[in-house]
Amino acid sequence: MAIRSVASRRTLAGLKETSSRLLGSRSIQTFTLPDLPYDYSALEPAISGEIMQIHHQKHHQAYVTNYNNALEQLDQAVNKGDASAVVKLQSAIKFNGGGHVNHSIFWKNLAPVKEGGGEPPKGSLGGAIDTSFGSLEGLVKKMSAEGAAVQGSGWVWLGLDKELKKLVVDTTANQDPLVTKGGSLVPLVGIDVWEHAYYLQYKNVRPDYLKNVWKVINWKYASEVYEKECK
Amino acid sequence: MAASAAVTANYVLKPPPYPLDALEPHMSKQTLEFHWGKHHRAYVDNLKKQVLGSELEGKALEHIIQNTYNNGDLLPPFNNAAQAWNHEFFWESMKPGGGGKPSGELLALLERDFTSYEKFYDEFNAAAATQFGAGWAWLAYADNKLKVVKTPNAVNPLVLGSFPLLTIDVWEHAYYLDFQNRRPDYIKTFMNNLVSWEAVSSRLEAAKAASA
Repeated sequence: MAIRSVASRRTLAGLKETSSRLLGSRSIQTFTLPDLPYDYSALEPAISGEIMQIHHQKHHQAYVTNYNNALEQLDQAVNKGDASAVVKLQSAIKFNGGGHVNHSIFWKNLAPVKEGGGEPPKGSLGGAIDTSFGSLEGLVKKMSAEGAAVQGSGWVWLGLDKELKKLVVDTTANQDPLVTKGGSLVPLVGIDVWEHAYYLQYKNVRPDYLKNVWKVINWKYASEVYEKECK
Repeated sequence: MAASAAVTANYVLKPPPYPLDALEPHMSKQTLEFHWGKHHRAYVDNLKKQVLGSELEGKALEHIIQNTYNNGDLLPPFNNAAQAWNHEFFWESMKPGGGGKPSGELLALLERDFTSYEKFYDEFNAAAATQFGAGWAWLAYADNKLKVVKTPNAVNPLVLGSFPLLTIDVWEHAYYLDFQNRRPDYIKTFMNNLVSWEAVSSRLEAAKAASA
């Protein structure tokens, strides 16, 4: 198969992050697929336009759709007072909600080279990285190694422990958000190591994906989050 | 997989029982080249390196699997050992011109334990479709009953106390080149065009004999 044109902009729909649905006597907040701030092909050659389009329009969209469905079912179960149903829905909520949360962060973690993708972090985050990991290269090496070692599906993260005020590297399984590893962890950079994130381009060689993805990491965004949390 | 294969002390990358292009158009040659030639090969090679010099070296694959599962708190060699086993079992679960409804005793047992082949199909399909993340769906045999099981990552029914009879790999690498995100289409293709009911029958006979 081939996806011919990846030059077209990502979807025009889904301009709002959220929408409301009226169910019963109150409305619940549901979600829509966020637009990418760049074209699908803008991260080439690090990540192919083909992967970006499928990853965004199919995988992330499916998490959004299924999360909304789970939330509607949850709302009904809560209204009915059906405790078993509420508990039973938790894994679908964690998986699909987590998928939406994680991918929403991921798109902001990436930027085309001409918009600063790959440029090392300056300011306080750059300094904190040098303090905690010796250098940016040291951090990259650690995250790449941990990302390569994830068995099955998951994510590798650079996070800020806002209580201890230190940077941490950690991994999560499947679509577990970073906060599941610690309530005070704020994600700064997440790298998706599910096979769908790289397979069409890098096949089984996840380490090559991890070597190249750093060329499009948006350190400006990570710095903004860091500085905001450190206030 | 015959019982004697379990006694392999040399961990071998056994080729599928058909050429790598034999499952086309349902599963491409390219997929087999990567899935068998790279992924499965890596599990075997890494297992050899991992157990070298340890007390597990030379032990049968199934022994390593059972002894490193550790009630779910997996010891390091589990992943490579179980994935080596799972993949060999997977290739042998398929055949060119396979799929569709079985007949004879196997059909009778599916009808007995699932009400109908269609109900079995739906249950197996649902298990494969709803295994979040990487994993496998299985038809397994325990306590004289057939059942559908889904497992995460490298886990298989051997460590859950049942005999595996059939499996489908739902790690993304199993279907991404041919189907991309469309796992449901992959599962349907597997069920309709690839399942080797002969393999399932002979495994069932072995399971019954081992349970007797």
